[in-house]
Amino acid sequence: MEVLRCAGLRKTFDDLVAVDEVGFTIAEGETYGLLGPNGAGKTTTISMIAGILEPDAGDIVVAGTSMTTRTTAAKEFIGLVPQELAIYPDLTAKENLRFFGRLYGMGGSTLAARIDEVLQVIGLADRADDKAEEYSGGMKRRLNIGIGLLHEPKLLILDEPTVGVDPQSRNAILESVGRLSAAGIGVLYTTHYMEEAERLCDRVAIIDSGQIQAEGTRRQLVELIGGKDRVHLGLDGDAVAARESIDALPAVHEAHHGDATVDLLVDDARTVLPEIISRVAAAGGGVTSVEVIEPDLEAVFLHLTGKALRD
Amino acid sequence: MRAALRIAQKDLRQRLRDRSAIVLGIIAPLGLALIFSLIIPDAANDFSVELGVVDNDGGHLAEALRTEVLGSLERQGLLVPTTYATEGELRDAVDSGAAEAGLVIPSGFSAAVSAPAPGTCDAGGCTAATLEVIGHVDRQTSAQITAAVAENFAGELTSVRVAVAAASAEGRTDLAQVAAAAAETRPLVGLDDMAAASRTLDLNTFFAAGMAIFFLFFTVQFGVSSLIEERTNGTMPRLLAAPVHWWHIVAGKGLASFALGVVAMTVLVVGSTLLIDAHWGDPVGVALLIVAAVLAAIGIMAVIATLARTAEQAGNWQAIVAVVLGMMGGTFFPISQGPAFLARLSSLTPHYWFMRGLGDMQAGGAVAEVVPAVVALLAFFVVAITIAATRVRAMVRP
Repeated sequence: MEVLRCAGLRKTFDDLVAVDEVGFTIAEGETYGLLGPNGAGKTTTISMIAGILEPDAGDIVVAGTSMTTRTTAAKEFIGLVPQELAIYPDLTAKENLRFFGRLYGMGGSTLAARIDEVLQVIGLADRADDKAEEYSGGMKRRLNIGIGLLHEPKLLILDEPTVGVDPQSRNAILESVGRLSAAGIGVLYTTHYMEEAERLCDRVAIIDSGQIQAEGTRRQLVELIGGKDRVHLGLDGDAVAARESIDALPAVHEAHHGDATVDLLVDDARTVLPEIISRVAAAGGGVTSVEVIEPDLEAVFLHLTGKALRD
Repeated sequence: MRAALRIAQKDLRQRLRDRSAIVLGIIAPLGLALIFSLIIPDAANDFSVELGVVDNDGGHLAEALRTEVLGSLERQGLLVPTTYATEGELRDAVDSGAAEAGLVIPSGFSAAVSAPAPGTCDAGGCTAATLEVIGHVDRQTSAQITAAVAENFAGELTSVRVAVAAASAEGRTDLAQVAAAAAETRPLVGLDDMAAASRTLDLNTFFAAGMAIFFLFFTVQFGVSSLIEERTNGTMPRLLAAPVHWWHIVAGKGLASFALGVVAMTVLVVGSTLLIDAHWGDPVGVALLIVAAVLAAIGIMAVIATLARTAEQAGNWQAIVAVVLGMMGGTFFPISQGPAFLARLSSLTPHYWFMRGLGDMQAGGAVAEVVPAVVALLAFFVVAITIAATRVRAMVRP
């Protein structure tokens, strides 16, 4: 079942077209990534999906409910974790959760139980009655996420949740997101970190200049640029003989040698590597080191847009 | 509307937690009203000068001054005269505080005033017709009042002399009758019910009401300004993503300001009544004025907030407007009794109408007396909130 379907989204600010003809779907339990550099239109897109900004054009349907015609009802299915911390520092974690829970119509023992549950999930149960301003940066980030989860949304929108977070907290956040999708929640995850998109997302849309440039699984996106792996071999022996023996393999598309190295462009390095090592040995040489460089989303982004993700 | 209440509840919790609302809304106005009431006595109610008098003359004019002038003022509660035997004793009394001011009637005073050429001396000694006032640096008001009484008496004597001189120059022979007619004047100092006639408040109530309405504008200023804070703090996107309408957020802010304003004003009314004996008047009339004044203050502060780009800018502008309106509105002194243009300016402030409403109610004694002031305050609210409404939508954005 789809938790989100959006199509033809467009938003302009004066003369700037921030988002143009953006559309995609997210299924239950799927983590969908919007990968793009700063200013690509990620935040504008999710602001429209979350009901914060009204699109100039396009349709948004959340869990079968139109954001255009039944805005308030559609919002109930969405949990938003904004990029900036969206918590009240002078309230405790429990008070923050209670306030937002009540805004979503929760109350009584249901809310109290859910607050306790979320506090456990985000690891703040023992600091629940401390003011948020007394928390570390990582704890604030966790509370920020916890508020988005409180009302058990069908779609959780995370807008670059790891920006400015230390590696330990970042890892904890990524693990949490993994557990959420496993629990059946659809996740829309925006990031400009390629490695996060590769690690978390079932499907990724590459967005730039307000438009989706490509969409699919990691493998599908990589295949857009040929999907070849690069292999760098360190050799002991005659590099020319080694290159000639390897070059004959069907899976090897290019082979270049140095003084004691050979660089290869191959179909699937992990499959063909044992054969390559055998050929080098047969040619009287030995392999002293192997480095495999698989094509990644960074390379795909570079190929599609002509610029790096962090430009 | 439940969402607006939730937001108002949250805002109130935040405001009460940082205690600034309590300081600005209750402690500061009540404290200042208390201080003012202590350092500035209420002349219309209980102020009187404990006056020491030495009569070195003993003549008929000295007798008239003591019994008729000072006696009249004593009966009206403005003076408490005490007679001392010598000027030295009187000076000691003034220095020690036993007397707040002193008046010395010099020897030969009556004779000197009655003489054909006043101020001359005869064989008996100096007869300078000069009343001496003894004051103390810590009680200057009392000395000034005593000097004013003496000058007034001297003025009356001069008018008699002028009348007699004029009659004499005309060749009239009934100079005794002329003098009697000139002396037969209205009481030297009259005391009417000034509060009722001028629709002013007694000083304690004036200070309490003035401080209450002055600080009200600081108490409610955070309302719409906190929309800017929500954006600065990053919580606005989360509020907008919640299943609420944008106007719920604005209404929540307004409700919080309203609740805080009404509670602060109510505490001030009760507190000033108990602590400094302020007389606010009929509770229903006071309640109407408070509600209307709180709404007017919220409206004006909302307009200012919508013009600002940052919370700090909004706070600064609101403070300036609150102080200027407070001064113009006569919360520190009754500016409406000053020059006409100041009085007209004063009527352009909610402060003026709040104070006037209280004064009208006290003068007229009926709750209905506050209606013009309440209508004026509500007009401020309607105009201001209409202007704010056209601009506030732009503030409710990520």
